[in-house]
Amino acid sequence: MEGLWLQFLLTIDATLRVATPLILCAMAGIFSERSGIIDISLEGKMLMSAFAAASVAAVTGQPWLALLVAIGVSVFLSLIHGFACITHRGNQVVSGLAINILASGLTVTLGIAFFAQGGQTPFLKGDQRFSPITLPFADTLRDIPFLGPIYAEVISGHNIIVWIALLAVVVTSLVMMRTRFGLRLRAVGEKPEAVDTAGISVVLMRYQAVLIAGVLCGIAGAYLSIAHGAGFVREMTAGKGYIALAAMIFGNWRPLQALYACLMFGFLDAVAARVQGLELPLIGEVSSDLILALPYVLTVIFLAGFIGRATPPASIGVPYVKER
Amino acid sequence: MTKTTQHNARGGTPPPAIALSGISKTFGAVRANDDIALTVTPGHIHGIVGENGAGKSTLVSILYGFYQADSGDIAINGQKVQIKSTADAIKLGIGMVHQHFMLVPTFTVLENIILGHEHRKGGKSLDDEIALARQELSNLAQQYGLEVDFDALVADLSVGLQQRVEILKTLYRGANILILDEPTGVLTPQETDQLFEILATLRQQGVTVLLITHKLREIMAITDDVSVMRGGKMVAHLTTAKTSPEELAELMVGRQVLINADFHDAEKGEVCLVADNITLTGDGGIPLLRGISFDLRAGEILGVAGVSGNGQTELLEVLSGITPPTSGEINIGGQVIGAHQPATPNDVKNLGLAHVPEDRHAMGMVLPFSAAESAVLGYERQAALGDSIWFGPDLLQNHCAELMQDYDIRPADPALKCNLFSGGNQQKLVLAREMSAAPKILLVGQPTRGVDIGAIEFIYQRLIAMRDQGCAILLVSVELDEILTLSDRVMVMNNGASMGIVDKKDADAQSIGLMMAGVV
Amino acid sequence: MSSTLPRWIDVGVMPLLNILAAFIVSGIIIAMIGENPFTALGVMLKGAFVYKGALGYTLFYTTNFIFTGLAVAVAFHATLFNIGGEGQAMMGGLGIGLLVLALDAVLPAFLLILLAIPVSALMGAAWGAVPGYLQAKRGSHVVITTIMFNFIASSIMVWLLAGTLMQPGQMAPETRDFAEGVGLLKFHEIAAMLGIKVARSPLNLSFVIALAAAFGVWVLIWRTRLGYVIRATGHSEKAAIYAGHSPQRIIIITMAISGGLAGMMALNEILGVQHKLILDFTSGFGFTGIAVALMGRNHPVGIIFASLLFGALYQGGAELDFEFKTITREMVLMIQGLIILFSGALVYMFNPMVERLYHRVFTPQKGTA
Repeated sequence: MEGLWLQFLLTIDATLRVATPLILCAMAGIFSERSGIIDISLEGKMLMSAFAAASVAAVTGQPWLALLVAIGVSVFLSLIHGFACITHRGNQVVSGLAINILASGLTVTLGIAFFAQGGQTPFLKGDQRFSPITLPFADTLRDIPFLGPIYAEVISGHNIIVWIALLAVVVTSLVMMRTRFGLRLRAVGEKPEAVDTAGISVVLMRYQAVLIAGVLCGIAGAYLSIAHGAGFVREMTAGKGYIALAAMIFGNWRPLQALYACLMFGFLDAVAARVQGLELPLIGEVSSDLILALPYVLTVIFLAGFIGRATPPASIGVPYVKER
Repeated sequence: MTKTTQHNARGGTPPPAIALSGISKTFGAVRANDDIALTVTPGHIHGIVGENGAGKSTLVSILYGFYQADSGDIAINGQKVQIKSTADAIKLGIGMVHQHFMLVPTFTVLENIILGHEHRKGGKSLDDEIALARQELSNLAQQYGLEVDFDALVADLSVGLQQRVEILKTLYRGANILILDEPTGVLTPQETDQLFEILATLRQQGVTVLLITHKLREIMAITDDVSVMRGGKMVAHLTTAKTSPEELAELMVGRQVLINADFHDAEKGEVCLVADNITLTGDGGIPLLRGISFDLRAGEILGVAGVSGNGQTELLEVLSGITPPTSGEINIGGQVIGAHQPATPNDVKNLGLAHVPEDRHAMGMVLPFSAAESAVLGYERQAALGDSIWFGPDLLQNHCAELMQDYDIRPADPALKCNLFSGGNQQKLVLAREMSAAPKILLVGQPTRGVDIGAIEFIYQRLIAMRDQGCAILLVSVELDEILTLSDRVMVMNNGASMGIVDKKDADAQSIGLMMAGVV
Repeated sequence: MSSTLPRWIDVGVMPLLNILAAFIVSGIIIAMIGENPFTALGVMLKGAFVYKGALGYTLFYTTNFIFTGLAVAVAFHATLFNIGGEGQAMMGGLGIGLLVLALDAVLPAFLLILLAIPVSALMGAAWGAVPGYLQAKRGSHVVITTIMFNFIASSIMVWLLAGTLMQPGQMAPETRDFAEGVGLLKFHEIAAMLGIKVARSPLNLSFVIALAAAFGVWVLIWRTRLGYVIRATGHSEKAAIYAGHSPQRIIIITMAISGGLAGMMALNEILGVQHKLILDFTSGFGFTGIAVALMGRNHPVGIIFASLLFGALYQGGAELDFEFKTITREMVLMIQGLIILFSGALVYMFNPMVERLYHRVFTPQKGTA
């Protein structure tokens, strides 16, 4: 019984770790998409910044500097997206896809050029990355029944970016719902002409939104390579950007609901790793592969209106043109 | 809120609230505004009437900073100004209620009103600002009789209430000049009456109102002054009390060119189509058609007159099978179509009905298609084209070349893209397609909109020839002259209802004009 | 939309300009990592066309891109954006795999091959039609649904290949080999039969099927009633409704055709080369199809040329691995991303410039207007 409880706590702990980049990217997606700009380039931005963070950390040994550069690189990709979609009114899906493919190629190309390790960056150790923060008394309190393990295993022992991700949800939620900027941002994704006729620049609002998305994806990328992982591996995002997109949609473009979706998808991921091959009564052998497909299946079902009702921002994907 | 204009301390006449001179604006080849001059007296309700495409919307868009004029001067309250953006216009105290509301449906009334003007009240957080705004707004609402639930979602409000929110929004931003662009198009008559009460209150409080409309009844009911636009030009400035709907109608629609149509009386045949009490209800329960009944005989042209936006478009869509009616029946040669027996455009076509839609650009043809391709739109299955899945270009080209010859379409190049033809030739192509199907019934919407005079004459002759061959024609047009020239009988529509059917001998511009204005 | 440029510039010059921009940016990146971009280009060209068997490989990749490019293009004609080519191709491969593995002990090889062609198309079509249905009837956008369907297809493949379908006693996620003879003939084999000696390459009969499909798409879009209605719906749903067509029906049919074409890509990889079902045989070619369709302006002829370009890039890119330490075939992904960016998302960027230039050069000077 004791062991099972610990197993469960470890799964929850893993959930949080897996969910962190999803949460950051989902919040990024919320900023971009609530302003009316589709962002399927979460994946590419995250990949590129993961590479940038690992490279800088490997060369300088400064994780904070690495984080900063990761953000800068991701923001640069955001600007390309904005330039194509906002300034030149290009197709937002095409632009996002271009960035994803570009990132795929560029990370490996640059990785080989910089480090000559087949696209990987050198292994990071010790101070070169964000290490887990053990909260005070974690070891002493561990033996307290029930609560002790929760504190020691689930709450303590995360790196700083996990906390940043959770903070990002709170901030996103507050900014969206409680500030002037949030009000305008939501308005510009629903009805840009209402914002325009109120004397506010639609272009500027959308650029700001896209930039914030860049910052958040940059943090997510850094998490993968210099906090959760210890170095960059090619294609290390492995579709996490798309899962974050799915979580954002499943969360109906709302920060808190998206957080729950990220946690649920993260939990599925954490569980999948633990139950492969397990024989369950009635179900038979559990397949982790099929569990991993659940986020996508659920999102499709949700979008089709079979559970709940998806309400994307009304003007999403539509370049704003003053009507003639 | 500045209400000082009427109590000008220096005495004498206050400067005009708005003074425009020499305003011109060109879009591509279209001169939307041509040397416009306009003077609006402060504290007056000033109407601008004109048909669709007369340039009214462009003019007010310039005033509100949406576009900039190519040339001309603007003075607001006697000060010459540059309006480069909407923000400039708002600063000058100009507010605008757009034809399509600029409200975020998922926001509350309050959120919509403060959008873009949040910090003006000096609140620290958004919640503070909302609280402050609530205070000021309830005062405003009381002052102007604009009560509305501030916490309701805009999406849940009726159209009339949404409009109220729009007006409140402009007042909250400090507007003392209010522009309303076609404000009653989406309102019920009761809501229209309420709007007029609000406008009267605003006038009382010293607000200057510029009312853009094409409905003469409204001009007569509420304005002090009226200006008439036609074809991008300002054609008259009148004092409402000294004019009449007939005079305005004539100024508005009057096409000065006389067109030789060779109209002659002809023998009517049997009834081909009976419309029995057709109604149509739009989104949000707005009645679009209110119990339309008529019969259409072979060998006659039944003209449908009316200022645009009074249900003619919907009538055409219902008759052609695009939209099923909400209630009522259509009987075409014994075949009944109704809400419970809907018909598709194909079904109706098979009953011998052809349709020249009002909007040839969006419906009548596919602009990026070649003429040959557009020339078979909706007739892809016809025997003349070979009833196979193959769509041989030669077949299409030959078919189109024939039509081009028969209907004198230029340039006679079937491979040319539709958007490269002039309006008149595009229209002739659509007419050619529909007429060449030899229909028993022909619906025609705005056959000469954007068409040059030479083509108009040709189109008139063709329509009359069709009638003489025994085709039953329903002609919808906002051009009163056109209706009077071509119709054997005239049905007049106002606000989705038929105001009556008049025989040619009894139809004159004056009586029809009154019916169009809903005066009867 | 309102381009005032003549067709030859729109169709000929603009795509070249966009590729040029992509290549210039790529060249700058190559120079920045310390290699000579022109040397790299030379290596790629040699790798794609000159070396023994190179052309065969180039055309082998071209085959994939023709299928996926056509798939994207057909959907584009109805203004639908199908980014589900990957998943549809996987399903096409799965169809072939299941068919052959179930029946290769029973049916003769040539019959299986004949059956595999429609099966791959039907499986892909089904995987495309469902997102089409969901957009037409349930209002969920085809872009997001097809992305999700890519991942779902991928999971199904992993599940089957690492499970039920995995070859017993093996650890690799792949099936057993198809029975002897169940595969499309390769060109060098055909040439050998005719007594001509051609270098070995994976180029197989799928290439001919791809060209036939390109011709078929051309016929469909420009020579059949259905194609006419697809294009009409794409340009103006209102006009389609006026003409008596159901846009919903057209959306579903178009997505099925699009998915079917993507599904046929599996013929080249599975039936042409692998002769067994493997994981990840689609290798992102479904996405490359988007670049191909954008560059080829959704016309089969343009798509064949664009596919050839990408075929050369992929084959030439593989050559980079041998010649350079620092640049590899991933370079090609980067170029591909840039091409999508310039000829897709930034397609309007050069237009005003070229228009001005064109009018300055070609429009006769008018007097004072």
